[in-house]
Amino acid sequence: MTESQPPALSCEEILRALNDYVDGETLSAICREFATHLAGCNPCQIVVDNIRNTIRLYKDGEPYPVPSELSARLRDALRRKWAERFPTAGT
Amino acid sequence: MTPPTLTPADPDRPLLDRALSGEFTAFEELVSRLQPRVYGLALRILGETHDAEDVTQQTFLSMIEHLGEFRGETAVAGWALRIAANHALKLLRKRRGLPTVPLLEVDEGYADLPHPQYIAPWRNDAGELASRREIRELIDQALAGLDEKYRTVFVLRDVEGFSVKETADLLGLSEANVKVRLLRARLALRELLTQTLGDDSARVRPHAHQHLLAPEDLS
Repeated sequence: MTESQPPALSCEEILRALNDYVDGETLSAICREFATHLAGCNPCQIVVDNIRNTIRLYKDGEPYPVPSELSARLRDALRRKWAERFPTAGT
Repeated sequence: MTPPTLTPADPDRPLLDRALSGEFTAFEELVSRLQPRVYGLALRILGETHDAEDVTQQTFLSMIEHLGEFRGETAVAGWALRIAANHALKLLRKRRGLPTVPLLEVDEGYADLPHPQYIAPWRNDAGELASRREIRELIDQALAGLDEKYRTVFVLRDVEGFSVKETADLLGLSEANVKVRLLRARLALRELLTQTLGDDSARVRPHAHQHLLAPEDLS
């Protein structure tokens, strides 16, 4: 299969720009070029959107439940450390 | 009159100040506030609850040890998370039998990046998906399946919000290498999650655009 016109940006450049674009980095020349490219490229738009959703999914999730025995274990360990570190301070 | 501040005040700072004046109960309150994030970071990096518990405990013990050294350049939570990340990464290196101080690694470069294959908009909004239990399992499995060198970068940069520079410092990597690994992690997770969450009826073929051709399609 041959392409009649070489792409303005190589695949590698597209992928690299994609990262900076998702991070909202200051628009470098390649990012500006990517933004122009993006306007006319549906697959790229979807990939950008997918990546943003992926990050959001991990960030927005509920915190993991902390095991209850950890809280009890922590309380004792921290109290001991505190008494050792600040011997004169009251608790 | 107090001058306006450019950044919102750190909500944990008053507790830290009270702890600094010797109030243990204030420190305990700080611990209960920060514990879920510290534990979550450790669990995501280590993938094992027992190790995550150990790291959580070590983190707060370190905070007591170094309480007087907190300079307020970052938020208290950011300080705690950095300590937690250091402890978690140290444990990870120990597990692999490596020295506990990071060695500078060779940059990976952008060659042979996996190209997006399954491209489709998601059926549901990420905010709505995030609260579902089965989705939590899906994303945890996807993350756990990533190679450790990509997982750590993704967790620190994208989940915990450390800057590229901070992530690079924590991992002993160059910023360029952090960016490459981050891209690989993002592409891998996107591919996996979109296979389950993507709307198949709106799927777009990668060869619909020459820039997204897979290398084997180019021959």
